[in-house]
Amino acid sequence: MNNIPYERVKLARLNTRPTGLDYVNNIFTNFIEFHGDRRFADDSAIVAGVARLDGKPVTVIAIEKGHLPKERVMRNSGAPQPEGYRKALRLMKQAEKFGRPVICFIDTSGAFCGIEAEQRGQGQAIAENLMEMSTLCVPIISILIGEGGSGGALALGVADRVWMLQNAVYSVISPEGCASILWKDSTQAEKAADSLKLTAEDAKAFGIIERILSEQDIGEIAFYERIKSLLNEELKELTVEPDLIQKRYDRFRKIGVKEINKK
Amino acid sequence: MTKLKFLKPSNKLEEGGRMSAPIQNDVCEPERNCPNCRKDIPLSRLWANQLVCSCGHHFRMGARERLNIIIDNDSFCELFTNLKSGNPLAFPGYKEKLSKAEQTSNEDDAVICGTALINKQQCCVFVMDSNFMMGSMGTVVGEKITSLFEYAKGYRLPVIGFTVSGGARMQEGLLSLMQMAKTSAAVKQHSDAGLLYIAVLTDPTTGGVTASFAMEADIILAEPSAIIGFAGARVIEQTTKKALPKEFQTAEFNLKHGFIDAIVPRREQKAVLSELLSMHNGGCNE
Repeated sequence: MNNIPYERVKLARLNTRPTGLDYVNNIFTNFIEFHGDRRFADDSAIVAGVARLDGKPVTVIAIEKGHLPKERVMRNSGAPQPEGYRKALRLMKQAEKFGRPVICFIDTSGAFCGIEAEQRGQGQAIAENLMEMSTLCVPIISILIGEGGSGGALALGVADRVWMLQNAVYSVISPEGCASILWKDSTQAEKAADSLKLTAEDAKAFGIIERILSEQDIGEIAFYERIKSLLNEELKELTVEPDLIQKRYDRFRKIGVKEINKK
Repeated sequence: MTKLKFLKPSNKLEEGGRMSAPIQNDVCEPERNCPNCRKDIPLSRLWANQLVCSCGHHFRMGARERLNIIIDNDSFCELFTNLKSGNPLAFPGYKEKLSKAEQTSNEDDAVICGTALINKQQCCVFVMDSNFMMGSMGTVVGEKITSLFEYAKGYRLPVIGFTVSGGARMQEGLLSLMQMAKTSAAVKQHSDAGLLYIAVLTDPTTGGVTASFAMEADIILAEPSAIIGFAGARVIEQTTKKALPKEFQTAEFNLKHGFIDAIVPRREQKAVLSELLSMHNGGCNE
């Protein structure tokens, strides 16, 4: 069943899956949460702060959906407001200033879709993150742990390495949204999920992610330990990379080029 | 039809833009209904006024027509013309949509790029075209915009860009989404090189284009009443089940909330862009 893309979508959305904070609490120690964008408010859909990864300070930014219904309400089901993205950018700039890497955990059906979000510039907030992350002087690793919904996910995904959980999905639009726009029928989501090529394997084949993380022991200690050691390994390499920004630029620069037909 | 005398072409622009039928005595001339004032306006008259109704409503405009009213005559040198979208996801129905879009727009994809002069000042320009799949951004649009900013950085030229887009092109899936990151990175490099980028947002500029290069310009201008936003108004209404405020996501709304610098009517755009270029030393801060 796991091979059917829509099954993956359903798995990625399960509220029993580990959420952003589970990763933060199990991979890092001494996490201290920092709040607010210094502009308007604090967005509880994005949890961010400093923590230690095997003793070394890092900046962690995680989209948090919450498990229980109450938590989901409090976290707006992981749909960030512009303030969330601005808080994330503020803390990335802080990480740059103090020379520590940034680790992002992405899990959102999309940036919050609402009147206030538009009034406060949802599009502008995402755009600014994309632009600023592209030249941030410290290593960035982003991990898609559940849903990677469009621009709202990408706003934390302009990284040197992007990894995906085996059953996470990454898509330009939700299958339901796609089906209702294209075929005026949201019940065709299964077909849309299939067409959108949103699985981790598809993303890897297109060169959009570097690594797929196995879920065989998801939520267990060994699972988090494995991610932790992968992060350590990768950061060791990235922190001494002299052309970090150029390589990040090239990473995104080449996406889609070979898929274009030259006349 | 006494008004018709008034419609006689008086300059080159009107002649160039006018539809083939002569207007002086053609009573059955095609008309378009203005969605704002509800009047039927003869096409020739609309063209003579740069597709702006006398009530001020700005009709949508194809990329090449727009270029003609902004840049100096015959100054456009088109770049990156050899690119065409494949169907990388083998998305059902996409091939047919592409060939239909090619026919209706007479373009290879939803943006044209090149160099041009605006009142003798050299710059790079891109103009998106709503006639091609509502200006949606796939791999070709992303590649052309990125290449243009790289070219502009190389030759130390400013970029002037006209956006119109429904957002990322879903038929190219994640590859489309990634164009947001790719174009943004190119805009940043151009910007860090001290070069000027002016965006003019036209109706509609939404989704992934708003959330990338449309909102990343040094100076962001917009056409009157253009819809500019991230999420679609209908989707917001359905999700939140709240009535949308009047003028929601219009240029005026964006101006009020601080997301654009100014609203500039079409007939003033060339003069404003020219003056801005000139004030920025031709867009090159050296």
